[in-house]
Amino acid sequence: MKQLVFKEIDGGKPFYMLLGFFGLFVLTALGAAWYMEHNGHWVTGMNNQVVWGTPHVFAVFLIVAASGALNVASISSVFNKTAYKPLARLSGLLAITLLVGGLAVLVLDLGRPDRLIVAMTYYNFKSIFAWNIMLYTGFIAVVGVYLWMMMEHKMNRFTKIAGFSAFIWRLILTTGTGSIFGFLVARQAYDTAILAPMFIIMSFSFGLAIFLLVLMGIYKWSDRPLGDNILLRLKNLLGIFIAAVLYFVLTYHLTNLYITESHGIEQFILMDGGVYTQVFWILQIGVGSLLPLALLYSPATGNSRTWIGIASLLVIIGGLAQIYVIIIGGQAYPLEIFPGKEVASSFADGIVGSYSPSLPEVVLGIGGVALALAATFVGVRVLRFLPTSLADEVIDPHYSAEAEATA
Amino acid sequence: MSKESNIDIYRRRFLSGSAATAAGLAVAPGVLLTEVAQAKPADAVVTSDVRWGMLIDTNKCNNGCDDCVTACNEEHNLEGFGRPSTDAQWIRKVTLKDKQTGYVQTLPVLCQHCEHPPCVDVCPTGASFKRADGIVLVDKHICIGCRYCMMACPYKARSFIHESLQDQMPYSPRGKGTVESCTFCVHRVDAGMTPACVEACTAENHNAMTFGDMNDPDSELSLQLKQHNSRQIRADLGLNTGVHYRGI
Repeated sequence: MKQLVFKEIDGGKPFYMLLGFFGLFVLTALGAAWYMEHNGHWVTGMNNQVVWGTPHVFAVFLIVAASGALNVASISSVFNKTAYKPLARLSGLLAITLLVGGLAVLVLDLGRPDRLIVAMTYYNFKSIFAWNIMLYTGFIAVVGVYLWMMMEHKMNRFTKIAGFSAFIWRLILTTGTGSIFGFLVARQAYDTAILAPMFIIMSFSFGLAIFLLVLMGIYKWSDRPLGDNILLRLKNLLGIFIAAVLYFVLTYHLTNLYITESHGIEQFILMDGGVYTQVFWILQIGVGSLLPLALLYSPATGNSRTWIGIASLLVIIGGLAQIYVIIIGGQAYPLEIFPGKEVASSFADGIVGSYSPSLPEVVLGIGGVALALAATFVGVRVLRFLPTSLADEVIDPHYSAEAEATA
Repeated sequence: MSKESNIDIYRRRFLSGSAATAAGLAVAPGVLLTEVAQAKPADAVVTSDVRWGMLIDTNKCNNGCDDCVTACNEEHNLEGFGRPSTDAQWIRKVTLKDKQTGYVQTLPVLCQHCEHPPCVDVCPTGASFKRADGIVLVDKHICIGCRYCMMACPYKARSFIHESLQDQMPYSPRGKGTVESCTFCVHRVDAGMTPACVEACTAENHNAMTFGDMNDPDSELSLQLKQHNSRQIRADLGLNTGVHYRGI
């Protein structure tokens, strides 16, 4: 096994052009946020029935993916899999940048983003939202320390304990994110404890898909060798995570289908919810789960780098679709204020809430993704996050050139 | 004598004076046009000795009448922008049709002023709060506009302000980017009056709405609640709402 050498990626014109490319999206997103705040939220697709829209879909997706991106590091530090150790630093970096991207979107979609300081100085300790504010900021600090332990030679002996703390923190954090919805007693789609563990397993899947794409992207970009061995390990893991998410989705819906009270929401999501039903079956289940599973495990495509990349992209699309169905589908389904009654009013009681994403909302959401990616690239440019080579002979402790030659 | 104790004496004199005035008004019915609920001196703290509540008799609530809604909109100047999906509504008339029997009824729905309000639980900054006397309010100064309370409210009682407002009422501050809902006309209640919706309903002699102190066993509200069967909406959630309904 060769010595691992961590090194910054090269700067120069291509790097700044890439940064400028991401920066353009970030700037446009800031413009969109300003436009929405200046005019008020009526210029968005949101209204008094669907109060959380596309920005929340992106924000929650990024926040969930952030904790999942840390998994690779956890596997290395907590579960002692040495093959993952060279990837641990990037894993920690992505965890922070994705979270920052998600939080930026969340904050810019507030009715009063100028009152961010209020959110940080006034706390209602019974609010799961308030807990999350502390969980998010704490996560950045804990992962920051973890990265420091990994990257500072003298501190390496604390890596395991820091990694363990970060692992526990990320589990609590995603429990908190899922519970934002799980704790909502009023709405038929939420009000269930399964959302917390489901969000954790979703984070495994989404975070790893993003990690794979970023890893392949940066190594191609910086012309560094990336061996098949580690990629194939990661793609097998991704397959397991996709299947696990499906299991949770299945359990959630089966439970609801058994309970008569929940037949309405199930009928809505699974059968006649229009766009939500389509997004659920086509994007979340078909394109986002079954297709990538087939691609990752089929002998024809499973070993191809391109197809692994495509499968990862599909998982991301499926993830966004899943959160769209959870957040917006869950709100569009009318509140059961008077069970057993048909309800009508001037305030959209009893009817499916209308929502279609507006351009500024989508632009703001994409800006969050661009911010996360830009921050990641800046990170790997200025600090030693990435090994110069991830070729098989460098990272696999069991690699044997001879065995390969004779195979 | 210290300055503090002087202030104490002034306060005591003022309070006893207020109490005497209130007592005088209580024994002289007809002095005020609207029923004196329980006038509170402006400097007296709100206590949990009082719990404000409301009883809505749906049997007396006429289909097609929206006097309570109009009164609320006028009282708080809830002028809409002609955009029903984003315009604020603090009280709305709802028509119910029983899925099995086809029985139709109408009733107003407003903030239910829960004893255990989910909106207050979830609010990250504490902007959503419940006064000691049971009135659930939003502090517009620390509301960050996250809208989590709207996700949490089982009654769809809250509105988000989607655009800039003008000509606000001084007693009813509102602001773009914050969430708001029925205040039980706290400014009127503190002055010993009933909420605007109740007053309007009573003025038209519909008498479908009764407002009062649920902690006072002799209040008109308590007597009616004791005498007639009433229900809370989504009573299964155990929120113990301040608004009760007859006939649902």
